[in-house]
Amino acid sequence: MISKTRSSAAEALADIPDGATIMIGGFGLAGQPVQLIDALLEQGSTGLTIVSNNAGNGETGLAALLGAGRVKKIICSFPRQTDSQIFDALYRAGRIELELVPQGNLAERIRAAGAGIGAFFTPTGFGTALAEGKETRTIAGRDYVLEHPITADYALISAYRGDRLGNLTYRRTSRNFGPIMASAATVTVAQVDRIVPLGDLDPEAVVTPGIFVDSVVETGDRFEREEWADVR
Amino acid sequence: MSGDKAEPHNSWTRAEIAERLAADIPDGAYMNLGIGLPTLVSNYLPKDREIILHTENGMLGMGPEAHPGHIDPDLINAGKIPVTELPGASYFHHGDSFGMMRGGHLDVCVLGAFQVSQFGDLANWSTGAPDSIPAVGGAMDLAIGAKSVYVMMELASKGGSSKLVEACSYPLTGIRCVNRLYTDRAIFQLDADGATVLELVGATTVDELRTLTGLTLHDGTSRTERTLS
Repeated sequence: MISKTRSSAAEALADIPDGATIMIGGFGLAGQPVQLIDALLEQGSTGLTIVSNNAGNGETGLAALLGAGRVKKIICSFPRQTDSQIFDALYRAGRIELELVPQGNLAERIRAAGAGIGAFFTPTGFGTALAEGKETRTIAGRDYVLEHPITADYALISAYRGDRLGNLTYRRTSRNFGPIMASAATVTVAQVDRIVPLGDLDPEAVVTPGIFVDSVVETGDRFEREEWADVR
Repeated sequence: MSGDKAEPHNSWTRAEIAERLAADIPDGAYMNLGIGLPTLVSNYLPKDREIILHTENGMLGMGPEAHPGHIDPDLINAGKIPVTELPGASYFHHGDSFGMMRGGHLDVCVLGAFQVSQFGDLANWSTGAPDSIPAVGGAMDLAIGAKSVYVMMELASKGGSSKLVEACSYPLTGIRCVNRLYTDRAIFQLDADGATVLELVGATTVDELRTLTGLTLHDGTSRTERTLS
C-alpha cells in the first residue's frame, strides 16, 4: 500500500543533505510552508541553495534560515522587501550568492524542469541586464533569450487538503508555486491543513496529482491562527 | 503629492491620470495593474464596462482590496495586499499565470516607470545604484506581457527632468514594449516613429513639452496636425 503520509515535518525532512537545492513555495506569506521551513531550520543541513520567489520576511521562516548562515545561494525574483533586512545584510556583506530571475522566467524554468524540457526561448528579459551572456535568437521577428530549467533535490510546499497518495488541493492565491515546484523536485514534501481519507478529494478538483508528491504532513488548520480571525 | 503644482489647470493629479487612463479601457478587457501607482486605475473603471483584473500571483477576477472583517491571508494580490474575489473568479499557478501573460492573452497592462524612451523602451525595475539590493519580480514579464502596455507616471522627475527620454539611462526592463504613456501633462503614443502627443492637459502646448523633454515630438492632437507632421 502506498502511504506518503509522514507523522511530522521533521520525519519528512530528515534526509536532506548538506549542499542540497531546495525549492520553497509561497508568494509572500500566501502558500508559504511555514512548519516545513521551521523543521528545515531545526534539521541542520547547511550550504543550501534555495529557490523561492522572495528571500524571507522579518526574522522568522526563510529569513531565520538565512540568518543562521545555512544558505549559500538563493535563486529568486524579488529579494528586496520592506522587511527583508536579514537577506539585505547578508547580500551587502557578500555572504550570500543571488541569482535574480524575472518572476515568469523563474516559474517557467521550474515548470520546464518538471516537464522534461531541456531549455526554452522566452521574450522576457531580452535586451536587459538579466539576459547578459545568455544565448539569444530571433524567431519569426521576435527576440528571445534561452533559459534553462531549475531542478531541485527537494520542494517544500503548502497545500490545503491532501490524501495518502499525495493528491493536493490548494486554497485561493496560496497555490502560486506549489504545483510547478512539486513537479520539478526529486523529493516533494507538502504540508497540508488536513489529510483526508482516500476518495474524499474530488478527482476533478485535484490540482497536484499525487505522482508529483513524496511526503504529506498534516500541520493543522491555519484558520485557528490569529491572522485568520477574519475568515474563521 | 500635487500640492506644489504651480499650474494646476495644466497638470493632472495622479488620481486624474488614473481616471483618464481608466476611460480608455474597453468593455471586456482582461487587464493587469502593476504594483504602486497603476493600482489607482481600479478606482475609476467605468461601472458600465465589465473589465476582468488579473493578478500575476495567480488569479483572474480580482475584486477590491479587502478590509478588516474580510481579510483572507490566502487571498492577496501581486503587491501582497489582501484583496477580494468577484463572481466568476479563477485561480491558477504561477506557470499558467505568466503563461497567459507571455502568451499575449491579456489585453492591457498598466505599469509605473522611472523612465520611458520615445520608442517605448521601459526602465522601471532598478535605478542601477551600486549599493541597492536588486529585485525584479514580474516587471520584465509584464513589460512584454500584454497586447497593449500602458505606462502612467509624472512627466517630470522631482528634480524637474523629463522621464520621457531619448534613450533610458536606467537599466532596461524591456525594449520597445510601451505603447502608450499617460502623464500629468499629456498622453503620448510611442512606437518606431518616436513619441506622438495624443492629448494635452489643460493649456499645455506641444512646444512646451518639446522644451521639457528635449524630443522632437510628433503632434497628433488633431488629425489635421498629425497629417502636417
